[in-house]
Amino acid sequence: MTLTTPKTPRPPTSEPKPVRYDAKGNRKQRWDRRSVLTTAVLFVVTVYFISPAYWLLISSSKGPSTLYNSAGFWFAKFQFGKNISGLFSYDGGIFSRWLLNTVLYAGVGAILATLLAAAAGYALAKYEFKGREAIFWTILSGVLVPGTALALPLYLLMSKVHLTNTYWSVLIPSIVSPFGVYLARIYATGSIPTEIIEAGRVDGASEFRIFRTISLRIMSPALVTIFLFQFVAIWNNFFLPLVMLSNQKLYPVTLGLYSWDNQYGQAPQLISYVVTGALVSVIPLVIAFLSLQRFWRSGLTAGSIRI
Amino acid sequence: MQVQAASSSRSAQLPPNDPPGGTHRRAPEKLPRSRRRLAPYGFLLPFLIFFLAIFLVPIGYAIYISFFSTHVSGLGLGPSQTTTAFAGFSNYRQAITNPSFYQGVERVLGFGIVQVPVMLIFATILALVLDSTAARLQRFFRLAFFLPYAIPGVIAAILWSFLYLPGVSPVAGILHSLHFGTVNFLGSHSILWSIANIVTWEYTGFNMLIIYAGLQAIPQSLYEAARLDGASDFQIALRVKLPMIGSSIILTTVFSIIGTLQLFSEPEILRAVTTNISTSYTPNLLAYTAAFSENNTNLAAAIAVLLALGTFILSFGFLRLVQRRSMGVSL
Repeated sequence: MTLTTPKTPRPPTSEPKPVRYDAKGNRKQRWDRRSVLTTAVLFVVTVYFISPAYWLLISSSKGPSTLYNSAGFWFAKFQFGKNISGLFSYDGGIFSRWLLNTVLYAGVGAILATLLAAAAGYALAKYEFKGREAIFWTILSGVLVPGTALALPLYLLMSKVHLTNTYWSVLIPSIVSPFGVYLARIYATGSIPTEIIEAGRVDGASEFRIFRTISLRIMSPALVTIFLFQFVAIWNNFFLPLVMLSNQKLYPVTLGLYSWDNQYGQAPQLISYVVTGALVSVIPLVIAFLSLQRFWRSGLTAGSIRI
Repeated sequence: MQVQAASSSRSAQLPPNDPPGGTHRRAPEKLPRSRRRLAPYGFLLPFLIFFLAIFLVPIGYAIYISFFSTHVSGLGLGPSQTTTAFAGFSNYRQAITNPSFYQGVERVLGFGIVQVPVMLIFATILALVLDSTAARLQRFFRLAFFLPYAIPGVIAAILWSFLYLPGVSPVAGILHSLHFGTVNFLGSHSILWSIANIVTWEYTGFNMLIIYAGLQAIPQSLYEAARLDGASDFQIALRVKLPMIGSSIILTTVFSIIGTLQLFSEPEILRAVTTNISTSYTPNLLAYTAAFSENNTNLAAAIAVLLALGTFILSFGFLRLVQRRSMGVSL
């Protein structure tokens, strides 16, 4: 099975798969007419994907009036510093609180989700037991249930136990990842040899200890993928916090920026803060994402092999 | 099966006071076999508890309350009383006969029929080009195309709302100076496709990466064989690569179908810059409005149930369809 075994750590600058093209008689590095044309087309496509981010970068240096009255793709009166200090001091510095909340929801939520999914996927992969397939299919059909259809009844239930408008109301739903269980099961099936588990048993290790010290380690590339998936899913989940939270102090940064975007009529400078805040909140994510890209690829290869 | 067999052989070779291999370990106190039988449930339990609480119970609850209706009596004078009564399918009838629900469903389906194929064809072409021998700077392009996925949907929608705003939009400005006339991205007809553009912009790179990962998993020897047979790069892409990445495309299609039916944040955020998006623009917005503006949670639950059902039918239907087509795919 080609199940991911992500190629051993490779210097980040090296080409993804150089061998691939060398087989074709070393034409790889030659710039013939075909590759110049292809590259030109790809650059045009790049403009589409990059220019909104570029606009964000430029616009975060503009004030509320120049934002509307200057060329969108070039600098006007440069006041990035003023925007930043305004952004972090507005409304008692609530923006930093939103950033921290986001880290809490997405970071802690994704870690817990990964651990739960890893244990469940491991059990489904490496044990035979009654109801295994039924449980797996029930979990898997959870992937197909739209999150927004869940959020509404979840809100009603949470309000019955007075959990709405608390950290828990966003955090608890975030730690369940059916897709994570699916990925963990596939990866565990393909990568953990049953003999290793048996060897652990012969040595007298408990089942949990085998899982913790051997299996989790083997599954670690899949765990990174599951973590990334869930991290993004929580980051991107707008509906759940929108429904659950009314206290601004509990907002994740996305909901906070949305609320500013909707009330800038009252304070025109807010629009600059929305733009600058969007940039500030996106930068760490973009860096983390792009540097962890190979985990996306490896995990996704595993995920699509059996679907 | 393997586990069972192994466990019996193990207890055979493990008499209490004679550990094998000379390792000095106490014999397990509990019977290993029963412990092992319980272990998988132990691993599953934490997940299942939360799965039950977050998925199964809310679904059950939504179905339950969708069959009831709540009436407020008391004419707003003095303490008003709410009475809840069994209502059969009346919420569903109300949802389905509501013209804005119908229009919302129609809108979302029309959106999906156009946007999902456009995005996935775009993503597939990009993946194939990046995987072809003619591509250079693959790493840079891959990163560039993937970048939008790192931007949360809400922020992407806010971002594009500026790029669509008449008078501010540099895109409209450039189109105008190129004599394309005045383009209004927020008009009553164009707005849906402006939303489609945001979704396409965000997810094309992600889908491309899934498909690209599928391409990378194809054994090199297949290409060599095809080349020996005199196939051109284009033919290899069409005849060898495309059939081999079927499962990746299926995965991305199912994700896209689910995402499309849930459409909510992009239209909700664009509502700040245009009046052409009503509070019932998509079924999800309608459910949200019903629950939080009109306080009709029973109707909202019915809409949520219909939405989940529709998603289920469409994604399962799609999986069945492709399963019948190609034997290699099994879910």
